[in-house]
Amino acid sequence: MVWDGIRALVPLAEITMEIKVDPSVIGQTKWYEYAIRFLFGGLITAIAGIIAKKYGPGIGGLFLAFPAIFPASATLIEKHEKQKKEENGLTGTRRGREAASIDAAGSAMGSVGLFVFAFLVWQFAPRYSIWTVLIGATLAWLIASVLIWHVRRRS
Amino acid sequence: MSEILIRFLVGGAVVSVFAIIGDLLKPKSFAGLFGAAPSVALATLGLTVATEGSSYAATEARSMMAGAIAFTAYASCVSWIMMRYKLKTLWVTICAMPLWFGMAFGLWYLWLK
Repeated sequence: MVWDGIRALVPLAEITMEIKVDPSVIGQTKWYEYAIRFLFGGLITAIAGIIAKKYGPGIGGLFLAFPAIFPASATLIEKHEKQKKEENGLTGTRRGREAASIDAAGSAMGSVGLFVFAFLVWQFAPRYSIWTVLIGATLAWLIASVLIWHVRRRS
Repeated sequence: MSEILIRFLVGGAVVSVFAIIGDLLKPKSFAGLFGAAPSVALATLGLTVATEGSSYAATEARSMMAGAIAFTAYASCVSWIMMRYKLKTLWVTICAMPLWFGMAFGLWYLWLK
């Protein structure tokens, strides 16, 4: 009965059917595009730690949800989509912009899951092992984000 | 200094892993979810608990909720602008950053301080 309830709430099969994996993207991405995201990700993690030390965890914690690599990722998506269109002899400027916009809309949905993640860590970190809490909160982020995405897509 | 270096390396690695997962997935709206993955938090909080304790990490997570709401506003605004105006993605994403700062610090001041 519990399983039926979960299945009704989380239509896993339907969601899995909608998602595709495209490994060809790996070949399109240049080494420096990976390096830029590594650099920004590393920098914001280090800066968040420094800010927390200097101004306290209240201010430092804000930066745990900073869109650090968002500009780099969105620009990369625009560039790849534009290139794909241009290879077919078309101008891909509009397509690139639309792809970046759709990706940003996805990130907005994912950020609701990020709120769920933060709430769970805030509530449970003082009481349970941090690794258990982080794993559980990450799963909650994924489930919340995917559900919001699925509901938005259907509507 | 060594702690900052560890944070930099772990943060860079975790953020890159989530970014690559996002790159691989289609449709683009689904891949976008990974642009808001808790990568910086995952890289930070384990280390924070080890050095500062769990209540310190919980306080950071409490503030992270304000950061996440600001992220929602920022990403929605970028998506809306990109769909309606013919502007370069890099400029829009950078110029909209003050929105994240304004909302995150505003919420922290009004709600969490």
